[in-house]
Amino acid sequence: MELGVFYILAAVIVVSGLLVVTLKNIFHSALMLILCLFGVAGIYILLHADFLAAVQVLLYVGGVTILMIFAIMVTHQLTGKKIKHYNEQPVPAGLIILSLLILLIVSITRTAFEVADKAEPMPTVAVIGRALMTDYVLPFEVVSVVLLVALIGAIVIARRD
Amino acid sequence: MNVQIDLSLLYPHLFLLIWALLIFAIDFFMTEDNRPSLGYLSIVGLIITAILSFASDKGTTFWGAFRADTFSLSFNIIFIGSAILTIASAIDFVKDRLKHHGEFYGLILLSTLGMMFLASSSDLLSLYVSLELATIALFVLVAFMKRDLKSTESGLKYLILGAASSAILVYGISLLYGLTGTLTFAGIAEQLNTSFMGGPLFILSIILIIAGLSFKLAAVPFHMWCPDVYEGAPTPVTAYLSVASKAAGLAAMIRIFFEGLHSSAAEWIPLILTISALAMVLGNVVAVRQHNIKRLLAYSSIAQIGYILVAFIAVSELATTSMILYMIVYMFANIGAFIVVITFYNRSGSDEIIAYAGLSKRSPFLAISMVIFLLSLVGIPPMAGFVGKFYLFAAAIQKGYYWIVVLGVLTSVISLYYYMMVAYQMYFKSGDDNSRIKVNPTLAVAILIALAGTLFIGVYPEPVLSAISGASVTLF
Repeated sequence: MELGVFYILAAVIVVSGLLVVTLKNIFHSALMLILCLFGVAGIYILLHADFLAAVQVLLYVGGVTILMIFAIMVTHQLTGKKIKHYNEQPVPAGLIILSLLILLIVSITRTAFEVADKAEPMPTVAVIGRALMTDYVLPFEVVSVVLLVALIGAIVIARRD
Repeated sequence: MNVQIDLSLLYPHLFLLIWALLIFAIDFFMTEDNRPSLGYLSIVGLIITAILSFASDKGTTFWGAFRADTFSLSFNIIFIGSAILTIASAIDFVKDRLKHHGEFYGLILLSTLGMMFLASSSDLLSLYVSLELATIALFVLVAFMKRDLKSTESGLKYLILGAASSAILVYGISLLYGLTGTLTFAGIAEQLNTSFMGGPLFILSIILIIAGLSFKLAAVPFHMWCPDVYEGAPTPVTAYLSVASKAAGLAAMIRIFFEGLHSSAAEWIPLILTISALAMVLGNVVAVRQHNIKRLLAYSSIAQIGYILVAFIAVSELATTSMILYMIVYMFANIGAFIVVITFYNRSGSDEIIAYAGLSKRSPFLAISMVIFLLSLVGIPPMAGFVGKFYLFAAAIQKGYYWIVVLGVLTSVISLYYYMMVAYQMYFKSGDDNSRIKVNPTLAVAILIALAGTLFIGVYPEPVLSAISGASVTLF
């Protein structure tokens, strides 16, 4: 049962991911990206990572992609126009990606993973919250400075002189 | 639960953060004529940060995520030093050619802050987050000349390739985490020494981490962005990018590989060796054909990172010390050369090497400074570059890597040719314009500091060496 769900989700992710880069209309690409990210959230649920799945939907589907769609809709040149997403070198790029894929498959299948013997925490939110407030509180705080820099940078780039 | 927070170790970082925010805020209340003083204010803040770094204690805090030691102190001084020289060289440039002064200086300070956190990180997560802080600020700074097509183009290139390389780095980190079950460098080292088996996926994670960080170092074959971005970015940003950003990448490499992965050195040394050899050969050979001084210095910086990685493969205390020493030497010489380029550009508006014809008559001070900086980059005594390269190569020879050192010396000879092409233009050619170039006091002081550093370390390196010699002890 679980394996069957996994294969369905994997198929959805791969097909929608391919459609993101091959569809000619950038608006359709963005819609496919939403589907792809939903599929990834499904994988997280399958792995009992409830918090990660929620964040995936909230942030990537709800935030990032919606913002992208807004950007496409307010940019006149992009809406409804057919554009190519790739340059003149799809063959070399495809070959490189294919060899990377083979490399990854070979190395993943040949590696023995150590599996933790502890029971997985359920729900994960409390554990993640505690880790973020203790072990990882410094990177957590630094991220806020990263966001500040991104905000200031975006304003500098976007505002009229 | 015991709380393990000792904020006193972070005083330099907190101070710099508050100072940067103040710069953003003060900018609102300033008239257009007063804005250049923000640059001087930033320099004051950086000097206080440097003093605080020297004064604050060494130790570990934040549940082991932050560590202040001689290693982080040495790199902090490099980051702060490059930021000070960069801002000093930028004040005139910003006044004449850029808008948004407060944001320009503030972002440089925040980028420096990210690098300081990076040098103090002791796990992969804080390392990655602080690396992003340093780079995201740089993305904006590269594209700061919004009306300039080259600047926006290079900003876009840097953003896209930088994001892609970060993705590669994070993928490598996540694989390593999956395999070892820990993010801390000490934990990874312990795993490697005891239970961990290795395997193809482990090698792949190392390759991905090296690829991601090599982008920040602009080492071959991940250097494609470097000449275009260096050429298009505002020149002070290029100066900062060529030294501080590389030093940050190097600090990250040393932290990850010397501290976390040193017991599997046999697996990653061949990779670094290849990158180092390629960078030295390609950087120096392609630099010969450049007509633009910024592109020339870009290829030269690719070659310089090749020299530094020669010592990296030695994985020893001497290797760490020599790399930090060379980074200091390189900071003075490379930023010094860029300050001359900026001064010349402020006046002439050109970065072409041909435009430097007759500079020895137009400004003897600029010409002789440029020659000294370039000779230091080649490694000719008594400039500091000689001492720096001597220690880099000594570290490699100590471990028996002779051929890479021979390659380093041979490619240095090639570099002498193209650096001296610039000197040839300045001294033996005469240009159309023979008007004298007046060097404004701030730029002159910045050049003098870089000259003093270059000559002092070249003649008398002992004080610097003894100051940084403790840096490697913590890593082994």
